[in-house]
Amino acid sequence: MVVTEASTGDVARRAQVDAVIRVHDLEVRFGEKIILNGLNLDVRRGEILGFVGASGGGKSVLMRTILGLATKKRGKILVFDKDLDTLSVRRREAVERRWGVLFQHGALFSSQTVRQNIQMPMREYLTMSERLFDEMAALKIELVGLKPDAADKYPSELSGGMIKRAALARALALDPEILFLDEPTSGLDPIGAQEFDDLIATLQRTLGLTVFMVTHDLDSLSGVCDRIAALADGKVIAEGPIETMMASQHPWLRAYFHGSRARRGSLETGHFRSSLRRDD
Amino acid sequence: MRPKRRLTLKPDAVLHRAEGAVVVDLSGDWSAPNAHECEAEAAQVLAGVKERAAVTLNARGVARLDTLGAWVLSRLVHDLGEQGAPATITVTQPAHKILFEEVRYRPLPESHRTRQFLVPDMLADIGKVMVDAMKDLVNGIAFLGSFIAGCINVIMGRSRFRFASLVAQLERVGLRSVPIIVLISMLVGGIIAQQSVFQLQSFGTVSFVADLLGVLVLRELAVLLTSIMIAGRTGSSFTAELGSMKMREEIDALRTMGLDPIEILVVPRIVALLIGLPLLTFISSMAGLFGGGVVAMLYGGVSPEVFLSRLQNAIGINTFVVGMVKAPFMALVIGVIACIEGFAVSGSAESLGARTTASVVKSIFMVIVVDGLFAMFFASIRY
Repeated sequence: MVVTEASTGDVARRAQVDAVIRVHDLEVRFGEKIILNGLNLDVRRGEILGFVGASGGGKSVLMRTILGLATKKRGKILVFDKDLDTLSVRRREAVERRWGVLFQHGALFSSQTVRQNIQMPMREYLTMSERLFDEMAALKIELVGLKPDAADKYPSELSGGMIKRAALARALALDPEILFLDEPTSGLDPIGAQEFDDLIATLQRTLGLTVFMVTHDLDSLSGVCDRIAALADGKVIAEGPIETMMASQHPWLRAYFHGSRARRGSLETGHFRSSLRRDD
Repeated sequence: MRPKRRLTLKPDAVLHRAEGAVVVDLSGDWSAPNAHECEAEAAQVLAGVKERAAVTLNARGVARLDTLGAWVLSRLVHDLGEQGAPATITVTQPAHKILFEEVRYRPLPESHRTRQFLVPDMLADIGKVMVDAMKDLVNGIAFLGSFIAGCINVIMGRSRFRFASLVAQLERVGLRSVPIIVLISMLVGGIIAQQSVFQLQSFGTVSFVADLLGVLVLRELAVLLTSIMIAGRTGSSFTAELGSMKMREEIDALRTMGLDPIEILVVPRIVALLIGLPLLTFISSMAGLFGGGVVAMLYGGVSPEVFLSRLQNAIGINTFVVGMVKAPFMALVIGVIACIEGFAVSGSAESLGARTTASVVKSIFMVIVVDGLFAMFFASIRY
């Protein structure tokens, strides 16, 4: 397989929509328990996809399976039109360098400062001058809206919101094309969550990212997501913009988008973003 | 070449000169995987533009651009300006335009790399170690005080004695340590006996092996072996447990419920050590003597009857008491150090590891110091 990036991209463009991640007929089990059962999902280039589902329903499992952290029983996952199972270790690494992951609790390395955390993937993969390493780290810190003095702090000295931002800076260290976010706004206050949503939208525009966001935050879903996919019973039961979700007759979706939290948030009256937000 | 290089096009910058103006045609991927080449190309352009003329960086031919490429290029623009050659970038692709706007060169805050001086740093380190040692001593005494206060509260009935917790700790500290303590004590007893027999053979007094073994094992070896083993086995686990509870704010949770972590976590652990360590010391003594006796019989030809009767002559109750009296003190030293280190863990995983190591090293050191103090004490009272 000595194809250049451009030609694989062309092949993808010719085949229907331009999807950077294709999940086909995925089955994942934990022991006897079936978590994902024949799941299909496409993530299109340049979109922000919100992924919703009940707690414990397998949202994070799907993300972990795409990332290769959980094993699947059946099905196919294509990232950049490459089947990750059949790639050699080297080629897999090359794909892994093109995505960045923001874990729910940040997963910053606790024994390193924020700067060292951000530089860690850079130092592993890139060759450049010490000056440029420092400048790139400072740039990423600025991009995610952290103060410069956060660079030399350790994760234990940061607040919850700052940890998320620092972890986002690390996820962006290698200028990835896909960004995975696991509940990015959980644990943030409504103002912080709103800022984080805006940050993700800005970064997505600036860097041309594709964002896969697992979230419970109704404001994020209606505010920044281009498309939403809903998970229930191990399958994607609905896909589309927020209006499609609102119009769906599926009982779980009705409960989710028309429940008291959503109503209090006046989803239906269109003043949604100004009001309450799930804060779990 | 490595395959990851093949996926990208090399960045390139070509200089043209026309009518007093300089045009630099950029092409290829100005992105992170080519970081080194990007820097090199930019440095070449900077070196190549000698004259004070307007420079145009033509970025139309750039295939891929990311924050790194945009940064390097806008830094080049800035550096050219400094050199007296005002530069501009022409961009056509809207995505690249946004990137250049977002990633405009500005002086970023310098990192605070601390400079290293060998001799002053070393002196500072020595001073710090001394101050820390003093602090450790004060902390240790303060902690011992709060442990005793906790015990008094329990004895006076002001707070509940956690019997279940004590039993659980006692099982871990005592019962689960028995096999390993018996094993190493027997082996060490055997080795001592073998060495003694070997040396005594030349004097023809092999049966004195019982004297040597009895005094050595009962007075010193059993309690030292047990304490060192427990410091490594139980002390480290106390530190790690309390440390990870501290990291996850479980200890703060206890405090907010009005519960004293000392009474709930520390008292059962140290009391379990205070009960368990003397028992283990006794078991260790017996195992050491047994191991030594077996070796004396098999290797030295000393029959069990002779061995036992020599043993009876050689040791008195004081030999046994000297060893046993030390055990509770060792327990206190190990328990207090392990708990102090556990509570001193801060947020990072590294600190948990460092504290656990410190706990074991300090306990073993202190066990030996305390043993030395006891040896001096017993020698001066001739016991």
